[in-house]
Amino acid sequence: MANKKMTIIASKGSLDMSYPPLILATTAAAMDMDVTIFFTFFGLEMIKKGNADNLKVSPVGNPALPMPVPVPTLISSLPGMEAVATSMMKSMFKKHGVASVGELLNLAMESGVKLIACQMTMDVLGVKKEDIIDGVEFGGAATWMDIAVDSQINLFI
Amino acid sequence: MTGLQFDQVLDAKGLSCPLPILKTKKAVEALSKDQVLKVETTDPGSKNDMASWAKRTGNEILKVEEGSGAFTFYIRKTA
Repeated sequence: MANKKMTIIASKGSLDMSYPPLILATTAAAMDMDVTIFFTFFGLEMIKKGNADNLKVSPVGNPALPMPVPVPTLISSLPGMEAVATSMMKSMFKKHGVASVGELLNLAMESGVKLIACQMTMDVLGVKKEDIIDGVEFGGAATWMDIAVDSQINLFI
Repeated sequence: MTGLQFDQVLDAKGLSCPLPILKTKKAVEALSKDQVLKVETTDPGSKNDMASWAKRTGNEILKVEEGSGAFTFYIRKTA
């Protein structure tokens, strides 16, 4: 029986929003599915060389983000607050035994998840091929569509 | 205590989703057919996750033990 297939379009580049595509991709691969992640727009941040573990989360415009003390929106936009929120979230993940984004990305590649970088958004955002980690393919909407049409699960994150 | 035989043990205690499943997959792949992996977890979600994973991959959970915030799974590699 042919493996089931899943594709994910990863369009976000913040620390929190990098987790869902990588958690789902690695899990699907562990469940014997063929998985493709298509990185577009800010999702490219995950697959830039040396960047996976440098992603940040911002308290601005993110009222659900837990903070040690209640922080008014104006304060949360001050310099340094992003770093505070990021290191807090990273330590929460670590405390709960959650893999880092970089670790999940490596696990995804190890388990055969296919990674495709969106050529158009790379051009627009000034991302060069040599900025992207090895093992990533390059393509556009038609490349994704061709795989998605034969997949049981297609997610946009 | 259980009298179930096992061939390998995987300690996934303290790890959260998706690591217990990813590590279980790797450990089962390293076994031969019909060998049994004992997996220990503390992730409360792992009880349902492990059942779903086994169903999808066709591996058999022989037994689940539950107690004091920990779970022990005995998984037989079926293929």
